[in-house]
Amino acid sequence: MIRIKCPFCGERDHSEFTYGGDGSIKYPELDASIKEWVQAIFFRENICGMQVETWHHSSGCRMWLKVERDTLTHEIKSVEAAHDGLAKLLRRKQ
Amino acid sequence: MTAKRLNKGGQIDRSKKLNFYWDNKNFQGYQNDTLASALLANNQTIIGRSFKYHRPRGIMSAGVEESGALVTIGKGKYRDPNVRATSQELYEGITAYGQNAFPNVRYDLGFINSMFSSFLSAGFYYKTFMGIPPFEWGRGTKIWMFYEYFIRKAAGMGSASRKPDPDKYEHAHDFCDVLVVGSGPAGIESALEAAQNDLDVILVEQDFQLGGDLLNQEGFIEKELIEKLHQAGVKVMLRTTAFGLYDNSVAGLLERVEDNYEESFKETPRQRFWTIRSKQTILATGAIERHIAFGNNDVPGIMTANAAKSYLNRFAVLPGKNVIISTNNDSVYDTAIALLKSGADVQVIDSRSEIDKHISKIFLQNGGTFQLNSAPFKAKGARHINKVQLASLKDNTWSVQGKENCDLLLLSGGWSPVLHLLSHRKIKAEWNNENACFLPGKHDEPITVVGSAAGVWDNNNCIESGKAGGLKVSKLLGKKNQNFSFPVPGGWKKALKPIYEIKCKNQKTKSFIDFQHDVTTSDIRLAHQEGFISVEHLKRYTTLGMANDQGKIGNIIGIALMAELLNKKIQEVGTTTFRPPYTPISIGSLAGRNVGDHFRPLRKSPLHDWNLNQGAVMIEAGLWQRPWYFPKEKETISEAYVREAETTRKSVGICDVTSLGKIFIQGPDATELLNRIYTNPFAKLPIGKARYGIMLRDDGLVMDDGTSWRLSENDYFMTTSTTQAAKVMAWLEELLQIRWSDLKVHLTSVSEQWCGISVAGPKSRETISTCLENPEIIDNENLPFMGVVETKLITNIPCRIARISFSGEMAFEIYVPSEFGEPMMEIIWKKAKSLNGCLYGLEALGALRIEKGHVTGAELDGRVTIDDAGLGKMASTKKSYIGSAMRKRGVLNDNNREKLVGIFPKDKNTTFDAGAIICELENIKGYGIGRITSVTHSPELGHWIGLGFVSGGYEKWKNKTTIASDPIRNKNVEVEIVSPHMIDPEGGRMHG
Ligand SMILES: [Zn+2]
Repeated sequence: MIRIKCPFCGERDHSEFTYGGDGSIKYPELDASIKEWVQAIFFRENICGMQVETWHHSSGCRMWLKVERDTLTHEIKSVEAAHDGLAKLLRRKQ
Repeated sequence: MTAKRLNKGGQIDRSKKLNFYWDNKNFQGYQNDTLASALLANNQTIIGRSFKYHRPRGIMSAGVEESGALVTIGKGKYRDPNVRATSQELYEGITAYGQNAFPNVRYDLGFINSMFSSFLSAGFYYKTFMGIPPFEWGRGTKIWMFYEYFIRKAAGMGSASRKPDPDKYEHAHDFCDVLVVGSGPAGIESALEAAQNDLDVILVEQDFQLGGDLLNQEGFIEKELIEKLHQAGVKVMLRTTAFGLYDNSVAGLLERVEDNYEESFKETPRQRFWTIRSKQTILATGAIERHIAFGNNDVPGIMTANAAKSYLNRFAVLPGKNVIISTNNDSVYDTAIALLKSGADVQVIDSRSEIDKHISKIFLQNGGTFQLNSAPFKAKGARHINKVQLASLKDNTWSVQGKENCDLLLLSGGWSPVLHLLSHRKIKAEWNNENACFLPGKHDEPITVVGSAAGVWDNNNCIESGKAGGLKVSKLLGKKNQNFSFPVPGGWKKALKPIYEIKCKNQKTKSFIDFQHDVTTSDIRLAHQEGFISVEHLKRYTTLGMANDQGKIGNIIGIALMAELLNKKIQEVGTTTFRPPYTPISIGSLAGRNVGDHFRPLRKSPLHDWNLNQGAVMIEAGLWQRPWYFPKEKETISEAYVREAETTRKSVGICDVTSLGKIFIQGPDATELLNRIYTNPFAKLPIGKARYGIMLRDDGLVMDDGTSWRLSENDYFMTTSTTQAAKVMAWLEELLQIRWSDLKVHLTSVSEQWCGISVAGPKSRETISTCLENPEIIDNENLPFMGVVETKLITNIPCRIARISFSGEMAFEIYVPSEFGEPMMEIIWKKAKSLNGCLYGLEALGALRIEKGHVTGAELDGRVTIDDAGLGKMASTKKSYIGSAMRKRGVLNDNNREKLVGIFPKDKNTTFDAGAIICELENIKGYGIGRITSVTHSPELGHWIGLGFVSGGYEKWKNKTTIASDPIRNKNVEVEIVSPHMIDPEGGRMHG
């Protein structure tokens, strides 16, 4: 069982969370071309090692998180709020 | 046969006699016996039959590694097959049966298989019954299907009860600093050390008594140990197996709460499935003594030397009078001396060329004899061992020697540390030549291995190892900074001599390495010969290590033999991966309380009881219970829903729509958010208006449909479909938190807070207006189509009303705070009843919306574009929104895509079914040209109708006859494709 340290709730079982997807994707503007959107939606690296992912604390605080996780060992390197403004605020508080 | 109970010593409680039944015969044992020790004390030696050859099997061990004494416990619905007699605690009234035998294990007709054993070698079933690949695959599979039934019947090991499990199970959770697995000398020392350093410690022991190997030592007093652990504050869990280790220091435990009682209790579950989250784990899981492969080494009366020690010292059973012990290491001499002291004759045959002088001196003083360079070559005796033919070693070859009489043969082929839990964490075991065993490999998990699990054999060194483990975790967890050192693996006075198989030139033997599945050394050779040389292939081809014991006894022998055949070192051959569970766990414990009605959560509308009182028949919709139909007297479902739909169109119908998802969307950027997620424009939706909207996914396909109501400048009330409610909420949260963090919008799920009904039909306005404090507020001028008002019902109930229709009739959705659900329904239903209205359920709701060509989940299945659903007009061309670029991809705009259509039967008296494939008239095959998604009987049209998708849509197929082909129900019906708007296409009724 993976345990994730939610910045808002503390360390919880992964069964409280829902996996989102690749957290490194920069989604294009809504009026961007099909080509840009295809790239953002369908192309994924198949990383063996540390990867940035989004997780939703769906049975907790309902916050989306950015998690750095090793796909081979499940080691979790860092967890922060996916909302960039909130993440910055929390970083400043530490 | 000469096993007998001693009248003193051991851990058994002679004051508590227990009756038990073995194959319906009554026997007696004592409290603290296992089933195996009690059977042995009663001289029962044939306990099981092997899987393939039905050879008699006796007790081969005194623990969880047992591969011979597998029995069925209990009867009827309580029947539990393949239980290891060696770890089953004896209790008053326990009933046990032999298995895989007819009529019983002592006289088994299936033994005849043994005569044909040369035909039943490795891979036999595959080769014979599955054909010879690749040329006869097709044929072979058919043959297999034919034979499989008979093979399965002949090859079963016990059988499970066909009745529902009568027991209850629980899931439980706990946290600790240190989890210690195993309560032998090392585990206890670790637990005590850690607890004394102010750490929160849980100690788990799979046995029903504490002490591990201490129990097998003379004079051990369990009570004193329990007291000591309690004083130190260690939480002790007996009868609990740590069956798996998982990520982030999480362990899975199975606690057997009631398996030592005949009856089950109201207050407790049979078993508890624990999830333990620790910071550090200490594995003191011990080591298992190995067998040696030689001729007929499966005959009853052969067991590990340590098992005999356990039966003698722990259970006070002398397992034989005339004992031969075969060994390759020092560990058996203690056992030998204990047996001598209990009055047995003991001869040790040691395969080594010399033994420690001190050991031999004491052994000889006690009256034992020994031979060096010797090992068993073949056991004799059909039902129990009576002779052993020996072999002696000279110049590295074994040669056959004379026979010796015996009634018990004990074996020690070396020791294998229990590393299963490490393997669960992907920690590779490393072969250690000196100790001829796998030892824990390097790793950086928060796990420490102590005692004989780390290859430490001496009792005092095990204690030292345990203490070091306790100090190590104390230091890691910041409690005590004291130096520690672990003893190095080993500890024999004279080195162990690795032996795995005793084989003499030109001599054929049947030498077993997996006793339950009858895997022999010749099967390993055959596998090698046929190219199955990787350990993983070897395992699957021969089934070595796939039985109940999962290779605990025989795996190493198999690997060693393969290494020899390949002329490789054992570390190069490697070991198979052990996966959870360490010992079998019941399916019931995995399910826990999530069975029957508790299988998943149940969601009820605030009107649930009210609906039931009105005679509603309920149906599941997602997690929700929703009214399906409201039968009057003896109406069938078809009669009821047709009446409900008809009444609604003629007068008025009321339907509970609480299950729709409801989200409050608030903030200065709320309008902007809606404008980005819906395909149609929301930027200029006036206050007091609602709009029906479609949401697409990133890839341009339809995600969900629903309405959003503008309550004020910055406040919206959104409804979603019942099934997509949670998904839409998470999606909006994702967009606002990850992609559009600059938008100032707050979301609140209010699905539980608001109760909603739909009131539909020509008399809907009349029904509602008389229930309002201000009836004019819903006049056509004040509340036109898609209008929204906030007002009050006559009993001062606050409510929101929107003029929204999914049925094609004039209709209103009314929402009130959940606690006002029933009072609202009371007033509105009273009025509707007086107008000859009705309540309608999901089935009528379906009929109404299908007639109107309105799509729901059955149509919006994630493969459909907005154009496919016939809603292309709702896709704005003036703005960008989620999916607006991607929906323009070429493949999504192919003219031949399947588009929404209506479907009529050609013969108006016939029907067809949802799921049918639509095919061209003379071309009924494959995927056809489309599919049917929803079917209902239309009261309005007076015949069956459907919705579906057809390639090219209505325009392409209008006036042509097609076939609704239903191969599953074996039915072909002629149908015609019509416009999906099957009634009132202009919408005069709902706007009126
Ligand atoms: Zn959280």
